[in-house]
Amino acid sequence: MLTVHFLARYREALNCESEQLSLQTEWQTIDDVRQFLVARNGAWSVLNDPRLMCARNQDVCSLQEPIQAGDELALFPMVTGG
Amino acid sequence: MSIRVQTAPFDPGHELNAIHAGNMNVGAVVTFVGYVRDINQEQSIQKLFLEHYPGMTEKALNKIREEAMQRWPLIDAHILHRVGPLSLAEPIVFVATSSMHRDAAFTACEFIMDYLKTRAPFWKKEQTDSGSHWVEGRDSDTLAASRWNSHNKENQ
Repeated sequence: MLTVHFLARYREALNCESEQLSLQTEWQTIDDVRQFLVARNGAWSVLNDPRLMCARNQDVCSLQEPIQAGDELALFPMVTGG
Repeated sequence: MSIRVQTAPFDPGHELNAIHAGNMNVGAVVTFVGYVRDINQEQSIQKLFLEHYPGMTEKALNKIREEAMQRWPLIDAHILHRVGPLSLAEPIVFVATSSMHRDAAFTACEFIMDYLKTRAPFWKKEQTDSGSHWVEGRDSDTLAASRWNSHNKENQ
């Protein structure tokens, strides 16, 4: 299983804070998961954001980061703190 | 203090005094305080809400602090960030770097803010006269942070 968190603008657009997904054999990276979600169409197209950021197990990383079962992933817009 | 994420307001002067009182080796403290301003992109701001990613937030701030401590000869580095609802003019963020001499503290404080603005999981939502909206990330912040990539301790 994977846990995927959606934050800020994405959470609102999807009306979803997080989702559990069964890890599929063809998924190698976070971007594979993102593309799976985008393919649901409708509100999920919000994840087609060129400035999307992501984290794996609470560390910011690239979309090309490899994933494995049990990972906590997060997809979020560019951060705006400070 | 080192790292603190909180909903309660804070007094930057009190935080600064506590940092200095805690260590008499400190010869210099550089601080940055970010406040809620009343105008952004020509819209009048009523309130601000700061969302974060609980669990990752403190981890991300710790990582930024540790990198600053490794790059410069600091005595300490502190990051305090508000989350939740904030009113106009309230402090949002407080960064303080202390060192024996000023150079390291100045540079490290700037580094911490540049990294915080591009790597720490906070998102601002502004409430204006015409409703509320999420603040867009700025490419200028990404550019500011990227200048530290080629830096190392030796060439500063």
